Amino acid sequence: MRVLVAMSGGVDSSVAAARLVEAGHEVVGATLKLWGGSSDSGCCSVGDVDDARRVAQQIGIPHYVFDMTEAFDESVVRPYVAAHAAARTPNPCVECNRHIKFDRLLERADRLGFDMLATGHHARVVHPPGQPHQLRRGADPDKDQSYVLSMLGQDQLARVSLPIGDLRKSAVRALATELGLRTAAKPDSQDVCFIRSDEGRQRFLGSRLAFHTATVVDSASGAEMGTVDALELVTVGQRRGFAHAEDGTRRYVSAVDPDTRTVFVGRAEDVATSAVRFVPGSVTWTASALGLDAPVIAQTSAHGRPSACTFGVDSDGPGVRFEAPIRPVAPGQTIALYDRADPDRVIGAAIAA
Amino acid sequence: MTSTEAPPVAYLDHAATSPVRPEVIEAMAPFAAERFGNASGSHRMARDARVAVEEARERVAHVLGADPTEIVFTSGGTESDNLAVLGTLADRARSGETIGAVCSAIEHAAVLEPMRAAACGAAAVLGVGAVTLDEVGVSPDGVIDLDRLAEVLGTQTVLVSVMTANNEVGTIQPIQSVADVVRRYAPVAALHTDAVQAAPYVDLAALTGACDLVSVSAHKLGGPKGVGALVVRAPNQLLPLLRGGGQEHERRSGTHDVAGIVGLAAALRVANATRAAEVSRVGALRDRLADALRCAVPNTVETASRSAVLPGHSHLRFAAVEQEELLVLLDRGGVCASAGSACASGAIEPSHVLVAMGVSPDDAGSAIRFSLGHTSTEAEVDQAVDVVANAVARLRR
Repeated sequence: MRVLVAMSGGVDSSVAAARLVEAGHEVVGATLKLWGGSSDSGCCSVGDVDDARRVAQQIGIPHYVFDMTEAFDESVVRPYVAAHAAARTPNPCVECNRHIKFDRLLERADRLGFDMLATGHHARVVHPPGQPHQLRRGADPDKDQSYVLSMLGQDQLARVSLPIGDLRKSAVRALATELGLRTAAKPDSQDVCFIRSDEGRQRFLGSRLAFHTATVVDSASGAEMGTVDALELVTVGQRRGFAHAEDGTRRYVSAVDPDTRTVFVGRAEDVATSAVRFVPGSVTWTASALGLDAPVIAQTSAHGRPSACTFGVDSDGPGVRFEAPIRPVAPGQTIALYDRADPDRVIGAAIAA
Repeated sequence: MTSTEAPPVAYLDHAATSPVRPEVIEAMAPFAAERFGNASGSHRMARDARVAVEEARERVAHVLGADPTEIVFTSGGTESDNLAVLGTLADRARSGETIGAVCSAIEHAAVLEPMRAAACGAAAVLGVGAVTLDEVGVSPDGVIDLDRLAEVLGTQTVLVSVMTANNEVGTIQPIQSVADVVRRYAPVAALHTDAVQAAPYVDLAALTGACDLVSVSAHKLGGPKGVGALVVRAPNQLLPLLRGGGQEHERRSGTHDVAGIVGLAAALRVANATRAAEVSRVGALRDRLADALRCAVPNTVETASRSAVLPGHSHLRFAAVEQEELLVLLDRGGVCASAGSACASGAIEPSHVLVAMGVSPDDAGSAIRFSLGHTSTEAEVDQAVDVVANAVARLRR
């Protein structure tokens, strides 16, 4: 098969490319230039492109750089900023996968005559004969990235290959070392790729939107507890910075209202939630839609704990009801849904309202 | 590509670099081996190297129509351009007065960037003074606006730089007319021309007759990479960028790259001797390519008219095709061509040349530069036509 492999310059996609070559495929590497500003991680810096190019040379495949900065700005960066302005907490990796890697790049791979698009994500795509293509958790539970791919559908899964999903991270590094790839010991990328670590989220957002002071209110008593400088930087579920002034007990953010500029906080037991609504129209399915009252498992953040729940639709639209209350879910977060009977299998995804 | 047989290569990227001529390799070989002396020394090995450098200097000077003392050997086009721009500005800035620099908006980055750096921070870049910079626009055909040039020139203007022909689209600039305008409106200005791209196809001696500073690079002429020359016509003065042992009459320190310098001289000699024949031979191949592509690929636009560009250049735009995708398919088909200039990461940068010519961003993104040269053949051209036609059809599907 002819396979286009997206190479970020990290160890996972390096080994993904190497495994495809080893399997006898006709492989071409591509690195996406996604961010016009300065960056020190992810797929954006010159150093990362150099690493990807050198790995491609080492494993003997052609390598190209594709400039998708405009699309990335439009589909990922600007919505990220706009969401924070509306006191929502988006997941830019999910949106990049949705709009860039598994849309624009996949389309480009099609036009260029490739049969498959491969990435170095820790997740698995399996093609059971006669059944829909499946998206499953990666073999390394600590590195599983099925969450950021949970919005893929059949059309995409049919053309996607995830060559390292069956490996643990340690095995990926061992393979890279064995092959003498220069990315073997490169640290994992962290955080949001378009925000420099020495800049930070606060300064990145601060140069792109106005921060507003908000009143902090105890959600149980309604008592005012002080103020925060920037409601745009507060995330629902956040604990840091909101300890009770007198007794020091932990407080969690349960809601942020940008209109009245209020941050609601409370004790864990007061703010726990048993239901999450989805943004109407945001629900996607890897294969077919779930029926009402279907038992599922939901994961509400990239490294969050999966929780048992039931999918349903009522007059307010779709959502899930948890069997035991969970910490509040930030609006804008992706909710990945897994099969209760086959908990590694991704069923679908939605965005928390 | 591991499972398919490699296609034959059609090398249509001579504007990026040209294959080294066999005569050049032969001339250089002894200096990569037994004739290894340092041309600055005094013993027999050094004298032997020095003879080679000075003979090369005389040959280069002959082709360039200059006196041997007016030739400064450099590490290539970028250094020649930087030395011309920064060396001249640094010399003139010593007066302490605000000085003016002028260039066309379509100059190579090796001219534009030092110009802009000097204008942004003369004290940091030149050590002293203040520099104003005017970038003169071009017509939709990619030719400098002479009226606008006359307007921005003045007695404060100390340097004007206009390339002989543009590296991307190939448009030839009216250097004699530029020189006339400069002499009239900016009498104290030095006129520099970057002749790197044009060198295989123009009369370099005539160019030197019209200008004060001329940059050339060996590898665009079928010579080695990493060596070039700057003609500095007397009595122009410039300050060196590289200081050290004082080679090249204190204008460019550093041990001579004897093999490279010999290679530059050999490449210039062959290019000059074959120029007239090559202009018509390569021009005919270019016409064959452009005619066939316009015929085989609907909605193909030539960026500049053929009469106004170098014989080897064909800059084409294929409507509704993304150059990044087309280049991948051309590469797969063995066709080596390029799209504008690449940035540090290897991504294709938006072309400042096409922007200056008024080409829309979408159109600019569909452009491919094919450039032919001394090794080009009909077979390569015909292969390229096939591959391009199939690739464009596929991408437009």
